[in-house]
Amino acid sequence: MNIVSLARFQFAMTTVFHFFFVPFSIGTVFVVAIMESMYVNTGNSLYKKMAKFWGNIFLLSFAVGVVTGLIQEFQFGMNWSDYSRFMGDIFGAPLAFEALLSFFIESTFIGLWVFTWNKVGKGLHLFFIWMVVFGTMTSALWILTANSFMQHPVGFTIKNGRAVMVNFGALLTNKQLMFEYGHVIMGALLTGATIFCGLAAFQLLKKRKLSEINKTIYKKTMRLGLILMLIFSLGAITMGDLQMRYLVHEQPMKFAATEAVMKTTGKRAPWSVIAFVDPKTHEVKGNIDIPDMLSILSYHKTTGSVKGMEEINKEMKKQYGTKIAGQKMDYYVPVNTLFWSFRFMAGFGTLLALVSIVGLIMTRKGHESLYKHRWCLWVIAILTFAPFIMNTCGWLITELGRQPWTVYGIFTTAQSVSPNVSVASLLTSNIVYFCLFLSLAIILIALIVRYLHNDPEELWMAEDSKNTDPFAKGAF
Amino acid sequence: MSFLQILWFILIGVLFSGFFFLDGFDYGVGMAVVTLAHNERERSQIIETIGPVWDGNEVWLITAGGAMFASFPYWYATLFSGYYLILLLILVGLIIRGVSFEFRKQSPNYRKPFWDKMLALGSFMAPFFLGIMFISMIKGMPIDAAGNMSAQFFDYFNWFSIVGGIALTLLTYLHGLNYITLKTKGVMSARAQNYAQALYWVLYVGEVIFALLLIFQTDFLRVHPILTWICLALIVGFSVAAHVSTFRNAQGAAFTFSGLTLVSLVALIFCGLFPRVMISSISSKFNLMIQSASSSNYTLVVMTIATVILVPCILAYTIWAYWIFRKRIEMPRIGEVSK
Ligand code: HDD
Ligand code: HEM
Ligand code: HEM
Repeated sequence: MNIVSLARFQFAMTTVFHFFFVPFSIGTVFVVAIMESMYVNTGNSLYKKMAKFWGNIFLLSFAVGVVTGLIQEFQFGMNWSDYSRFMGDIFGAPLAFEALLSFFIESTFIGLWVFTWNKVGKGLHLFFIWMVVFGTMTSALWILTANSFMQHPVGFTIKNGRAVMVNFGALLTNKQLMFEYGHVIMGALLTGATIFCGLAAFQLLKKRKLSEINKTIYKKTMRLGLILMLIFSLGAITMGDLQMRYLVHEQPMKFAATEAVMKTTGKRAPWSVIAFVDPKTHEVKGNIDIPDMLSILSYHKTTGSVKGMEEINKEMKKQYGTKIAGQKMDYYVPVNTLFWSFRFMAGFGTLLALVSIVGLIMTRKGHESLYKHRWCLWVIAILTFAPFIMNTCGWLITELGRQPWTVYGIFTTAQSVSPNVSVASLLTSNIVYFCLFLSLAIILIALIVRYLHNDPEELWMAEDSKNTDPFAKGAF
Repeated sequence: MSFLQILWFILIGVLFSGFFFLDGFDYGVGMAVVTLAHNERERSQIIETIGPVWDGNEVWLITAGGAMFASFPYWYATLFSGYYLILLLILVGLIIRGVSFEFRKQSPNYRKPFWDKMLALGSFMAPFFLGIMFISMIKGMPIDAAGNMSAQFFDYFNWFSIVGGIALTLLTYLHGLNYITLKTKGVMSARAQNYAQALYWVLYVGEVIFALLLIFQTDFLRVHPILTWICLALIVGFSVAAHVSTFRNAQGAAFTFSGLTLVSLVALIFCGLFPRVMISSISSKFNLMIQSASSSNYTLVVMTIATVILVPCILAYTIWAYWIFRKRIEMPRIGEVSK
């Protein structure tokens, strides 16, 4: 165990954990904001109950999102100090903007939103939640600006051994950013929609008797969720496809790995549905191929060869050298992980699109067959967990596929690590984070399950009974 | 040193001041949850005083960290990697505190005391270890020619830093008590005021010891004698002003003065450091200087533009939020705490 692998493990563990909650928060707050907008527009208090009920789920996710984000902010300096020195000039700015522009808005307006139900005007209260949506969306923009730079550096020069920003606009107009932001946001919104559909399905599946109002609320949630699920899954697929075709040129190694192409293909490239690569012999085993499909996916035509990892490795050795900072370089990336991550991400994405179409047909007006077949509800309920897998797989592709670089083509992971941090310190922090995350996850799940014993109507009445004090009412 | 470099050194100080002024009372209130309140209703009452605002206050720390990364990457890198385990403890504190607000609200009654304790523990750990960090930092740490710090246990924990950590914790606690006095009604407000009146005497002792240690353990008096004396005088002066205000029942003034005490402490640290950002105990040649630790001029310009536009907006809506929540918090009636 050396410091690089421990620091890598820590980064992977903490970002993956943070990113469970990031799309959870971004997605659910957006759906809640829509629900509240429907309330304000129609005046139907059903939608208010809906927004309030699901809003509490969002708040739980937000709480964990915030504290895990803190770790992210600190760990660049803690674990990757040489990276921070090299990149601070460029990387720090988006991070600072994220705090100045987004985190302040998020946190302030979330406080306002939570504590002012019934105390400020409807329109103002609605404005609060949309400000939170704005905060989460822009926060993603800034951090992905930083991440996109690492994937595809632009607008900088190297001066005295450090990267120096020369054009801030270039960072924001980075092509990688367009695709990455679009894809991540679509994925996040899809996450929110899927989670609410899934939880509504769980609620409907419970055997006990639901009152009419509660049943209506869950059905409305389902319907709204399914519509959003369709829109955003198509959005994520479209953006993903654009990104894929962009990768062919920008990061060919990553692309080749997601398709398990070891040796450069012929003119008509077949596409493997499944495959296993022996990392030692580079032999591709157990593959099931669809002829011409890879050419179609990569270039949207039936011909066009795709470069294999072996050839790309040779080219990269020529371009970047066989040694960097005294270390022998090989530019291979973990092909099986990338290949399967991609299958899971795209596979579930397609599945969600299909499920949403079928679901919408089965819930159309006057024809609610979805609720009559318990197994249909079960499918939707189980799919609650799919977005978490998809998002994690997506980041595994992006980040593992970038190795051995932290900043593509100019700075390696081995160069990035803090030289003065000991293995013992890293081991300690890894263990501490692991235990913390495990406890947080268990508690969070327990709290969500417990919360779902409530139903919107009962929760509503419990809260309203508190507000009967004439002195407390309206007093502000 | 360019104008922008000095400006950003000051702005980092301003961000930390904002953080201690605002999040400072959150820590104090957090600690008061176990030390001041007697029962669940009282605990709910004082937690509610910071419920809507604590997260916004914490963002000052995130901003200070992000701004330090952007404007002084070498400072950020050396400080954060050098204080690895201390920062880990700060993070643990911030994490258990951060989740406890929401988790407490959603937990069944018999679990609420657990989250109260987590809130208090986290609210204690954060200022205490921040104090250890900043105070040991101004004493000088073993930083080598490459700017890497490799310190031993006693570099972090010595009399000076421990007194500093305790003093900072006490300051935030008092700041929190003044905030509770200001933001609650009835018995809680009076009790917080009484506590504060008594505790200020302890604070004076701490401040004197701290000042003595500062004189002997740092080079501040040699480098910037006048500024150091002014800042020390301000710290004591504001403490006394806050103390007097509690006796006069000038609650807003007491709160403002205890906040300014924290700001003066930050000012002391930043004035004493100038023109350095980190002091090497190995050789003054290895000190990290404002000039060499900072980002390029271009980045500083971009950052300055963003800050000039955004900070007034942030202040405006933050103040607006506090204004919306201006009402004092009453004790919840019996039965209201449970869900
Ligand atoms: C695509 C979006 C995205 C990505 C890639 C990241 N984050 Fe994040 N972060 C958010 C989107 C987000 C958010 C939506 O704004 C959060 C998540 C849930 C939440 O509560 O706010 C948040 C919270 C959050 C917080 C707490 C903010 C607060 O107190 O309000 C910090 C300090 C960070 N993040 C920092 C980071 C860093 C340094 C990252 C890089 C590794 C990172 N995040 C990746
Ligand atoms: C937007 C911000 C980022 C996100 C969401 C993100 C996400 C991820 C994810 C999901 C992984 C897991 C891959 C794995 O299991 O190895 C990962 C790994 C990693 N990331 Fe990032 N990352 C971000 C930015 C960064 C930055 C700024 C660095 C700079 C140091 C970085 C360096 C790494 C490293 C070194 C690994 C470990 C790779 C490995 O274990 O092979 N990432 N990141
Ligand atoms: C068929 C559909 C999809 C395709 C073709 C696709 C394609 C891709 C590709 C090529 C990447 C790597 C990007 C890079 O390294 O620059 C990626 C990343 C990612 N994907 Fe997908 N994706 C699809 C569906 C989804 C869905 C449905 C989700 C989420 C619910 C998702 C979530 C992510 C995430 C979070 C990342 C990492 C961030 C990024 O680099 O953009 N993807 N996707």
